[in-house]
Amino acid sequence: MKSTDELKQIVTQVRRDIVRMVHGAKSGHPGGSLGCADMVTTLYFSQMRINEAKGEDGFLEFSHSGDGEDMFFLSNGHISPLFYSVLARRGYFPIKELSTFRLLNSRLQGHPATHEGLPGIRVASGSLGQGLSVANGAALGKKMKGDDFLVYVLMGDGEQQEGQIWEAVQFAPNHQLDNLIAIVDWNLKQIDGPTDKVNNNRNIKSKYEAFGWLTVDLADGNDIDQVKDALIKAKELIGQGQPIAIMMHSEMGFGVDYMMHTHKWHGAAPNDEQLARALEQLPETLGDY
Amino acid sequence: MKKYTYTDKKDTRSGFGAGMAELGKTNPKVVALCADLVASLKLDDFIKENSDRFVQCGISEANMIGVSAGLAISGYIPYASTFANFGSGRVYDQIRQSVAYSNLNVKIAVSHAGLTLGEDGATHQILEDLAMMRALPGMTVINPCDYNQTKAATIALADHVGPAYLRFGRPVMPVFTPADQKFEIGKAWMVNEGKDVTIIATGHLVWEAIQAGEILEQEGIDAEIINIHTIKPLDEEAILKSVAKTGCVVTAEEHQLNGGLGEGVCQLLSRTTPLPVEMVGVNNSFGESGTPAQLMDKYGLNAASIVEKVKKVMSRK
Repeated sequence: MKSTDELKQIVTQVRRDIVRMVHGAKSGHPGGSLGCADMVTTLYFSQMRINEAKGEDGFLEFSHSGDGEDMFFLSNGHISPLFYSVLARRGYFPIKELSTFRLLNSRLQGHPATHEGLPGIRVASGSLGQGLSVANGAALGKKMKGDDFLVYVLMGDGEQQEGQIWEAVQFAPNHQLDNLIAIVDWNLKQIDGPTDKVNNNRNIKSKYEAFGWLTVDLADGNDIDQVKDALIKAKELIGQGQPIAIMMHSEMGFGVDYMMHTHKWHGAAPNDEQLARALEQLPETLGDY
Repeated sequence: MKKYTYTDKKDTRSGFGAGMAELGKTNPKVVALCADLVASLKLDDFIKENSDRFVQCGISEANMIGVSAGLAISGYIPYASTFANFGSGRVYDQIRQSVAYSNLNVKIAVSHAGLTLGEDGATHQILEDLAMMRALPGMTVINPCDYNQTKAATIALADHVGPAYLRFGRPVMPVFTPADQKFEIGKAWMVNEGKDVTIIATGHLVWEAIQAGEILEQEGIDAEIINIHTIKPLDEEAILKSVAKTGCVVTAEEHQLNGGLGEGVCQLLSRTTPLPVEMVGVNNSFGESGTPAQLMDKYGLNAASIVEKVKKVMSRK
């Protein structure tokens, strides 16, 4: 398990990877990727229990079924740059492969996919609202198998506008999926603007509670210590017959000043000059791809 | 004409229920999911013996498809069951992304397909599902013709790894295929060998094709009848072998002419052996309320229509 300082080093490099990947592809979604970087990095490098066995090629052995390990699903698949950077840095595939993001014949598709066989990914995502249902199924599968490990799923807050989310939110408590930890990235922004202007989600937390979930507040999803605490708190709530949701308040674009406090960088790529400005704020800590 | 008789009439959905009950005994990986239609899908026997492998999803079909995907990731073999209308069009995007594109071993098992759903009317009479499912890369699409074939297909799918759409229906129909048949996915079943015309039928239209074959025989026309239960992948070899002999084709299905079995056959023939084809199916319209028999007659999905199309297609040879 990594210390907070080590995690900070990793997350800075992950953020650097994100802006470089989106710049390199001239497309992609840096805003949410940067905002969720602390959470996904902390999950993979500190809080999730994943199979550490390595294959002959030196990379982590990836088990699609996730037996005997915690599983993570990314429902808001557009923040794929973050997912790819964390998976590569964690050892699932070569870091240099990040340079192929969104390019022809790459395993790093615009949105996460299993189709090209990228290790670390169990289901395609991108069309929003589907990940919680899949996580429900995986959590149910673990219960049926008697596998005590956990299932995590990350969703956006704009995504909470999808009807399927509420089918899935209703299902999980009714099937006592108390091995499921959902994280809602409550950053209050979506492509067309602030969520309260586009289609107000109102109080997501009280809605989850009304459906039968236990919730954990994460006041600052861009503070590694707070992220870690929230995950530890969530894990203390497992096994009580109810699924757990972490309400994560994060800042879209966190770590790059001009990408913060706006929805404009949800799905836009920086130009050369903007990239340089971003990288000045994100020192190379672990070596660029 | 080979003689087909029946002693029993049953619904194909009961064939699914019987297949599931059998799988409940033989395959511990099989899980049944349903969206508030347990009795309609005939799942009672499976649930009675395997309540721990039944997942009631309520009226939430989109979530049911996702839960099935998650179970498939976990190594189970989920059968997600509901009416065909709610297991195809309503959840197309979920099937496309979480099942087909992700190549997960999910079986979508749907009843009450087509006009023979009857009195509930066009809101529930899906006639476009084969088109949607055929269009998905990697999706296996099966539309069996009677109780025994549906039961056999249900069981066979558990040994087939990959996404599949199994479509069956509500009305009781003659049971005319053998109870002990071996169901081979993607392999056509030769119902009757003939030389004048090839009738290619699927689902409830297979029995109608047999009736048509008997009428045609009395008029001196020797019809070859092929049952295509697997719409995708299509048994191209069987079709091409038959048309080499007969030189013309009539297709028959309980589906829109757009995008169904007939269109699949036409695509194959236009690529390889262009020759006259006539199609029996619903022609660009929705259904309506009525008994299954009334609707099949009104929309021309019966033996008489097949006979008429055979005569037309033979005149075009």
